[in-house]
Amino acid sequence: MLTKEETLELRRFAKKIQIETMKTIASIGVGHVGGSLSIAEVLAVLYGKQLRHDPKQPRWEGRDWLVVSKGHAGPAVYSTLALRGFFPMEQLLTLNSPGTMLPSHCDRNRTTGIDITTGSLGQGASSAAGVAKAFKIDGKSNNVYLILGDGEIEEGQVWEMALFAGHHKLSNLIAFVDNNHMQIDGTVESLCSMDHIAEKFAAFGWYAQCVNGHDVAAIDAAVDAAKAEPERPSVIVLDTIKGHGWSKTAGQVGSHSRNVTAEDLADALAEMQAALDELGEESK
Amino acid sequence: MSIQVCAEIKKDAVDMRDAYCSSLIRLADEDERIIALDADLMGAMGTKPFEKKYPERTVNCGIQEANMVGVACGMSAAGKVPFAHTFAPFMTRRACDQIFMSGAYAKMNVKLVGSDPGITAQLNGGTHMPFEDMGIMRLIPEMTVLEPTDVSMLEDLMPQIAAQYGMVYMRLVRKEVQQVYARGSQFTIGKAVRVREGSDATIIASGFCVAEAIRAAELLAQERIGVRILDMFTWKPLDREAILSAAAETGAIVTAENHNVINGLGAAVAEVLVRERPVPVEMVGVQDEFGEVGKLPYLAERFGLKAENIADAVRCVLKRK
Repeated sequence: MLTKEETLELRRFAKKIQIETMKTIASIGVGHVGGSLSIAEVLAVLYGKQLRHDPKQPRWEGRDWLVVSKGHAGPAVYSTLALRGFFPMEQLLTLNSPGTMLPSHCDRNRTTGIDITTGSLGQGASSAAGVAKAFKIDGKSNNVYLILGDGEIEEGQVWEMALFAGHHKLSNLIAFVDNNHMQIDGTVESLCSMDHIAEKFAAFGWYAQCVNGHDVAAIDAAVDAAKAEPERPSVIVLDTIKGHGWSKTAGQVGSHSRNVTAEDLADALAEMQAALDELGEESK
Repeated sequence: MSIQVCAEIKKDAVDMRDAYCSSLIRLADEDERIIALDADLMGAMGTKPFEKKYPERTVNCGIQEANMVGVACGMSAAGKVPFAHTFAPFMTRRACDQIFMSGAYAKMNVKLVGSDPGITAQLNGGTHMPFEDMGIMRLIPEMTVLEPTDVSMLEDLMPQIAAQYGMVYMRLVRKEVQQVYARGSQFTIGKAVRVREGSDATIIASGFCVAEAIRAAELLAQERIGVRILDMFTWKPLDREAILSAAAETGAIVTAENHNVINGLGAAVAEVLVRERPVPVEMVGVQDEFGEVGKLPYLAERFGLKAENIADAVRCVLKRK
């Protein structure tokens, strides 16, 4: 369980991830804002606490792996990696520029700290299961974390993987579903309802939990419980708000990919900085 | 030993699937990274002996080709050398995007084996009869695309496939093949085999069409027509030099394949020739049609893939020379 100070530190980390994400996207003027902002807290918990990693040795053998199957959340992941020291912060401002190491979607061959290339939805799921299976074969203790979107799990491949991971008892696989209730063309409910996500995974042989996806302490406790599960793969359904952290995008369907002007950035940063300052004061 | 062509072409004593399985076991004996994956076709592919010897390195996914390819790609990222098999249509059509993105785009090291190519799918019929698998794979950058001709070649290529980092697609007849090469012959991926010499035209063939091309050459020899035969078992990277010297030295080309000529071997050869040395070309192969049920002799006749069809194409191309 997190101490009060650890909780505050992770909340601050999440807010910094959001701030850098907005600057990153604003540098090119357009990008996947909504689904990047909604996973800031889980990224903060992973890179602030749970995920074994070493920024100086990105391919360290003892590391845990993270597969961001909703690969369009690249800007949030890159911000996290830069804040952790995987590469210089100024790289963030090259997002999607010609020759950049930071493309829209996560690419293991371009970006230091990215383990699996993703972008075509559903595919990171199987790759993550493959990594987890390889670790099981070798008797290694590395964990594999996987971030899926709730729209993404409409893909059949995710459920093929869910069957596979359940059958092979991949207890080293810990998946998150960013349940932000929105996809490109509307709400998930209006396009292809995805109720009872935890129950669906449980029926496939997974240990399933549901938590508030913006509550770092709850996410951290759920990961602890998932790591203690001896046999089953785990899913943690994160109840989130798409575009969380900026009032212009929070809960807005149009936030999946949107323009971010200089005024937008100033507006978002003012809001996020105020929230960060408030967290700073709480710790005193 | 270099390459030795058998004096007489006859049925190989060993089925391709058995040679595949024993080769894979030999590789696994030497290299603990080798993993065998399948999607419920291990019995059909004859890879149960691998599973028996290496159960912990066998991953039979059940009927889920897309996930199998994705899992193989993840295993590759974690350092394994996965060989994944299913029937060729399900590998290349159903799991195409997984092969493209999780595999090739991500620069993984997965060996994809698609069995029952073209008319060798026989009684499984048009749903299972891929005339497009090599074409689909050929369109993916950095993919190595192969069609081993016989057991001797398969046995020689397997260690090369395992040793070379990168994505490979290999279409493989499961059961009987004609033996073209003596055991111990040594092949190089990307280098066509000169099976026969001749100066009037060149037949560039792949798969069982190599044996048919040899029979065609014998028919043509009775008419004093001498043909060179190139076994183009590597469709990508294509042996451009061999094609260009065939064009320069024989002046006419016939391609022969168990595949749609569109984006097939015929198209691949023509792409080289039209840009660098245009000569008349005829293409023996499936002329943009779907497959259908039947046994091999019927299907070979139906789709025009026999020695007689190849010989006719040579006579035809010579008139255009």
